[in-house]
Amino acid sequence: MDKAEGKELLEQEENTQKGRFLTFALNEESYGIEIRYVTEIIGIQPITEIPELPEYIRGIINLRGKIIPVMDIRLRFKKEFREYNDRTCIIVIDIEDTCIGLIVDSVSEVISIPEREIVDPPDMSKGGSRYIKGIGKVGSEVKLLLDCDKLLNEKDVHDLANI
Amino acid sequence: MSGQFSNEPMLDMYIFETSQNIEQLEACILSSEKTSCYTEVAINEIFRIMHTIKGSSAMMLFNNISLLAHSIEDLFYFLREEKPKDIDCSTLSDLIFEGVDFIKVELQKIKDGNKADGDSSLLIEKIKEFLEPLKQQNPSKNESEKSAFKQPPHYYIASENKSSLSNFNYFKATIFFEDGCEMENIRGYTIVHNLKEFAEDIYYLPNDIIDNDDSVEVIRKEGFKVFVKTDKSYEAMNDFFNQTIFLKELEFIQLEDKEEFLQFNDSSQTIIKDNPVKVPQLHSEEQERTTNFTNQSIISVNVAKLDKLMDLVGEMVIAEAMVTQNPEVRGLQLDNFQKAARQLHKITSELQDMVMSIRMVPLSTTFQKMHRIVRDMNKKLGKEVQLELIGEETEVDKNIIEHISDPLMHLVRNSIDHGIETMEDREIIGKPKAGKVTLEAKNSGSDVFIIVKDDGRGLNKEKILERARKNSLLTKPVDEMTDKDIYNLIFLPGFSTKDNITEFSGRGVGMDVVVKNIETVGGMVSIDSTAGVGSTITTKIPLTLAIIDGMNIQVGNSRYTIPITAIKESFKPKEADLIRDPDGNEMIMVRGQCYPIIRLHQVYKVKKAITEFTEGILIMVGQDEKNFCLFADKLLGQQQVVIKTLPNYLKKIKKIQGIAGCTLLGDGSISLILDTSRLANKE
Repeated sequence: MDKAEGKELLEQEENTQKGRFLTFALNEESYGIEIRYVTEIIGIQPITEIPELPEYIRGIINLRGKIIPVMDIRLRFKKEFREYNDRTCIIVIDIEDTCIGLIVDSVSEVISIPEREIVDPPDMSKGGSRYIKGIGKVGSEVKLLLDCDKLLNEKDVHDLANI
Repeated sequence: MSGQFSNEPMLDMYIFETSQNIEQLEACILSSEKTSCYTEVAINEIFRIMHTIKGSSAMMLFNNISLLAHSIEDLFYFLREEKPKDIDCSTLSDLIFEGVDFIKVELQKIKDGNKADGDSSLLIEKIKEFLEPLKQQNPSKNESEKSAFKQPPHYYIASENKSSLSNFNYFKATIFFEDGCEMENIRGYTIVHNLKEFAEDIYYLPNDIIDNDDSVEVIRKEGFKVFVKTDKSYEAMNDFFNQTIFLKELEFIQLEDKEEFLQFNDSSQTIIKDNPVKVPQLHSEEQERTTNFTNQSIISVNVAKLDKLMDLVGEMVIAEAMVTQNPEVRGLQLDNFQKAARQLHKITSELQDMVMSIRMVPLSTTFQKMHRIVRDMNKKLGKEVQLELIGEETEVDKNIIEHISDPLMHLVRNSIDHGIETMEDREIIGKPKAGKVTLEAKNSGSDVFIIVKDDGRGLNKEKILERARKNSLLTKPVDEMTDKDIYNLIFLPGFSTKDNITEFSGRGVGMDVVVKNIETVGGMVSIDSTAGVGSTITTKIPLTLAIIDGMNIQVGNSRYTIPITAIKESFKPKEADLIRDPDGNEMIMVRGQCYPIIRLHQVYKVKKAITEFTEGILIMVGQDEKNFCLFADKLLGQQQVVIKTLPNYLKKIKKIQGIAGCTLLGDGSISLILDTSRLANKE
């Protein structure tokens, strides 16, 4: 394929994905995650526990021969653990070649949120919104937009102490 | 060669071939130096290699390499033609080695994507300086011949002038290439191209091999016909043709009269012109490189593809287990199914073995590199050390070879630098003047041992202790330490007993890096030494990283896999054999020996596991001299497992002690592979 052409296609793809978010529910809140990170959504699977890891890393799963870690978003956000049911989903995301599954209560839909509808999260010194990149307004609802990078790479103070 | 060159196959090829040529060259020089004279064969070989490098470098526009190669080629051309007496062999070797090193450095630059900007003119001057006096001592007998060589594009066309010189023989060769070797026309051209060097006149059929792609078909069907007029003998020409790569069949006859030959002459259709097409040069290279494998077709494959293949085969092994051990067929009387399943099993395991064997590479190339190191160090340190290689044909996984090359080099250097005494010292204590370093490889089960042994002074315990004390590396009282403990101190980071830093070793970053490198491939390093007699460093590395024989065990809801090789035995413990010391450590008495027990469920905090010893099972595992027992719920059975690494994300968060990786079981669930040696140290 011609290089320029390929690039164009890629840009097109980026464009179609831009401003689109996969929303999922956690408790009463609705979160959004940029669609370009999402590889697939699967139902809950048997999880193999791995010792000595922070609680929110539930373990690893076998995704068609590929082994990926899964993280419980509830536990990551210090919410209380809820038993998994058939609504529980694993959102497989891929960020800079790191593949990881996020366990969420349920997946809602894919929506477009134009940039003008996204506002920065309020500056809270307590760090409550560390993983939130922005807040998107859709009609009367608000969606908390996740910062996946931080979700994966930022270590809790608590974890660091453990190491 | 990394992926960055995937878009430049020519460059890739160039780097690959040139490095191979260089390796070959080094081996050649080293063996020549050992006999302290350059045989005709060796000279020819070096000449040939340099010629190849010159050609391909010029083609790739690496002029500095090409020029250097050219001057070395000149030198060896002189040696070949004039056979001068009394050459200073060691200077000559030094000279070529310098050249080789230069080319290596440039190649590395090219590989890294930098410009090959080294300046070879100094070296070329040196070579000329070396050549000049030689020339004066041995005035050239045939200057014209020499000048002819200097202008290679013309010398074979001078046929008309020379034709009166001697009697010519006329030959006809019909060459059939092996099926599927591809590019028959180019290969044909290569032969013609090579023939030019010693043939007066060449005609060939089909005559449009370069321009016409259809000629490939003709060559395949009727063979490639070459008519040669040359002053060489029948044998020489026959040999030449027999060296063609991918040669399937050769029909070589001497023509009694010129007529058949001359019929071409009349039509004058195919007098070879100096064809500046450069592609064939590359192929002539290929041909030369693989001369030794005339009847073997070899292809080079990207390692990444092999890795993928390996993965796929691994998946298949798992899939096979999924089918044959499927709960839905269990307990059913299915004779035909069982038969088919067995057949499948046989094929998959054969396939697996095959894939493994593809990835296996003999250690010889790694070992051969050591000759050069020994030689260089001998020169620099004024020692006389011989290197003995044993078992260099031992094969290990390609991935592993890449990891052990550097550590081995380091170990050999250490042995020569620190281990072997100076010649004077050796004479005083009555040892042979020449020291000896032995590099040995041998198979043992699923491991390979690589042993570096020297007959030097051995390790000095006092010195080690003193140094360890100074760097506060001692963790327990000296009188409690065994010899081995003391020796093992040198593997600690920041330890170096050599006071003066030499070019080769003694920066104190040595041994711990060696250990680290070996450990990354799952190997171990141990050392043994006798003062005055020498030291032996043994590295144990696994044959492969990819597949192991494992025993699956269950603990609570979790499953673990222990490498079969680590397991000594497994048994149901009796209450009476259990011992508990005041600290709460549990031990078990087996045949009069006491072994510590590690409760897996405690170590990994597994819930719902069996805690009563008599209910579960003990598995005795051993690593080195350390034996201990693991307590698990039950054994699930033995299986070949494909090792997968834990996801990077997890590794980033925390390095989990005692877990080497994970694997998929037949039912698709995941089992964690235990690293028994780490587990032992965990406590």
